[in-house]
Amino acid sequence: MTAACPACIAADGIGEESLARGGDSVQLHLPDIHCAACISQVEEALARVPGVARARVNLTLRRASVEGAALSAPALVAALAAAGHRAQELDQSLLAGQGSEMRDLLMRTGVAGFAMMNVMLLSVAVWSGAADTTAQLFHLISAAITVPAIAFSGRPFFASALGALRHGRLNMDVPISIAIALAAGVSVAGALTGSDEHHWFDAALALTFFLLIGRCLDQAGRRAARSAAAELAALDVPQAVRLTAAGREVVKAERLTAGDLIELKPGDRFPADGQVETGRSDIDRSALNGESAPAPVAPGDAVQAGEVNLSGLLTVRVARAGRDTALSRLTDLVATAEAQRSRYSGVADRAARAYAPLVHILSAAAFVYWLWLTGDGWRALDVAIAVLVITCPCALGLAVPAVSTVATGRLFRRGLLVKSQTALERLAEIDAVAFDKTGTLTTGAARLTGTPDRAALALAAGLAAASRHPYSRAIRAAADSRGIAPRAVEDATEVPGRGVEARAAGRRVRLGHPGWLGCDGEGVALDDGQGTITRFAFEEELRPEAPALIAALKARGLDVALLSGDGPGAVAAAAARLGIDRAEGRMTPEDKAEWLAARGAEGRRVLMVGDGLNDSAALAGAHASLAPASGLEAARCLADVVLVGDDLGAVSDLLDTAKRSLGRMRQNILISVGYNLIAVPVALAGLASPFLAALAMSISSLTVTLNSVRAQK
Amino acid sequence: MNVLVVLIPVSVGLGLAGLAAFVWTMRASQYDDPEGGGARILDDRFDDSPDGDRR
Repeated sequence: MTAACPACIAADGIGEESLARGGDSVQLHLPDIHCAACISQVEEALARVPGVARARVNLTLRRASVEGAALSAPALVAALAAAGHRAQELDQSLLAGQGSEMRDLLMRTGVAGFAMMNVMLLSVAVWSGAADTTAQLFHLISAAITVPAIAFSGRPFFASALGALRHGRLNMDVPISIAIALAAGVSVAGALTGSDEHHWFDAALALTFFLLIGRCLDQAGRRAARSAAAELAALDVPQAVRLTAAGREVVKAERLTAGDLIELKPGDRFPADGQVETGRSDIDRSALNGESAPAPVAPGDAVQAGEVNLSGLLTVRVARAGRDTALSRLTDLVATAEAQRSRYSGVADRAARAYAPLVHILSAAAFVYWLWLTGDGWRALDVAIAVLVITCPCALGLAVPAVSTVATGRLFRRGLLVKSQTALERLAEIDAVAFDKTGTLTTGAARLTGTPDRAALALAAGLAAASRHPYSRAIRAAADSRGIAPRAVEDATEVPGRGVEARAAGRRVRLGHPGWLGCDGEGVALDDGQGTITRFAFEEELRPEAPALIAALKARGLDVALLSGDGPGAVAAAAARLGIDRAEGRMTPEDKAEWLAARGAEGRRVLMVGDGLNDSAALAGAHASLAPASGLEAARCLADVVLVGDDLGAVSDLLDTAKRSLGRMRQNILISVGYNLIAVPVALAGLASPFLAALAMSISSLTVTLNSVRAQK
Repeated sequence: MNVLVVLIPVSVGLGLAGLAAFVWTMRASQYDDPEGGGARILDDRFDDSPDGDRR
């Protein structure tokens, strides 16, 4: 910071919306909170941070909203970390507008419910024998309640139906709107003229009410999915440190342009493609190509967006930023793959598509037939309304949303975020699973193999303490697990891209790339200063639950395959340890997408599980996809399901739940079709009274809802 | 049947009272965090200010 006065320092951040904050609010995502004690710990920890005026935890959404002046999200996150809670900043722009739609729908449901109950009371009086003036009075009161209630509550259906008709299409809302409007209109006309015909006030309201409940459930599911997507997108707001003549400034990655000089600390992810200007380091390329071993870089080497700087401070000259980066070029591939999948239509869609025209044809036919039979327009209209009201899919509207709400809620508690509406149905259909290796089945961390000399390991662990390289971490972990205390060393310095050197008992000791110590090969070598070179070899650490998961998937009769961008040797070794028969190495993102397309052409339905950018096209193209939350944003955005907990074993539960849910959805649709099979002939015969319609509607909706929430064994 | 003159307004009025109560709970954000409400009631510290303005 070169600015000399406080005002300049404050002015420095102007224009960086996410970094400079006045008196406003910050939203934090708290994935781990679950009880009253967590709430009070979080709120107290946040209240102690200077500048915080109010902190409120929402346990349902696992979020905290903080209000105050001059808030800095990193300081809040650090304060929570000190109190033992994980937290991430949420990008507010992504969360905007959520919740208002749900409120709106709930309000409409409430009004419809109130109106339905009052009108139902009046209708019971009419059904039980009120006649003449009393009946007309009751009808007029019903009309006074019904008309405004339907005008308000039925708006979502009318709007959607009009929209569909304007585009020359039919959707489920068209018969619904016609039924509601016709039933209410004919009844109002009847009440005003005092006719003895059937009055359908209660049916029109009950239809609106039950359908709105279905809409609310649907909306709740959509909201959960969208909020999950927003949370995931907010996990990493990509930023970069730009070096300018005036000093360094933090900017959003999308504002970088070619020619900018940026600085990267160890642990940073490259925000743009470029060339290393100064510094040496190791970089982790696994996100882009699946290679598990880190690669050294020196001035002049090319780096790509998405890779991670591991050990040294680097300055990089940006060559391509934003949409032009290698990372963004993958999106074309992804878009093609996604376009193929969007054609999938769920059970509800298919049922509705077959149903909507049928309803119209049936009621039109009923009208024409009765007009021809009796020559009485009112009577014919009455029968047509009865058919419309009875066939209107209250139960069908609840059949799918009720089941998926129950199932997604259960999966959320198991650490699985279901992002896509049709994901459960597609998951229920899969017959093969393809895994990515690095970061998905393996933790991405290395593990020391063999049994090295204890003294050498103690010295290596002492040296490794100075470095963040994955191999250093593996050496420290290995020493820890064997109960070996690291040997103290002096003046440990990391030589980026090479290793660590230090002094021990007066001698120069080094730990690093074998090439640096004058020998060749893989892994890491240790020079103890007395001329002895000790070699350490590593293997990838498998996720502890991975072997059991693979065994469980095979036991279900699913084919399991391993698709990796890593070298064939490493892939074959991992496949052997996991018991996977089909393993492919050195696959480019295109190869993976093609492999999946080929399986698709064979009629196979594959679940793709992957976390990297090189998996993104495959995730988008597969029949269903899953990404761990530790994966890259691109992968999480494309996946249907995101694994938030760290337990990959939940995949097996996910498949069980999906299969059972699809079964439940089909049962529900059968139940509602079954009711219609009985009720429609009755209505066509002109025997359906408003009382029977109300009964059929309520019982079928109730049966379907109860069937959805029925405990799954 | 004159009793209807009293009973119908009473019945509709009670219904409207229920609707008004529902609208109020909605406006007061009582459906925003159902789980949190259930958890907070277990902790004495929230007794004095359930809205969380503890400063």
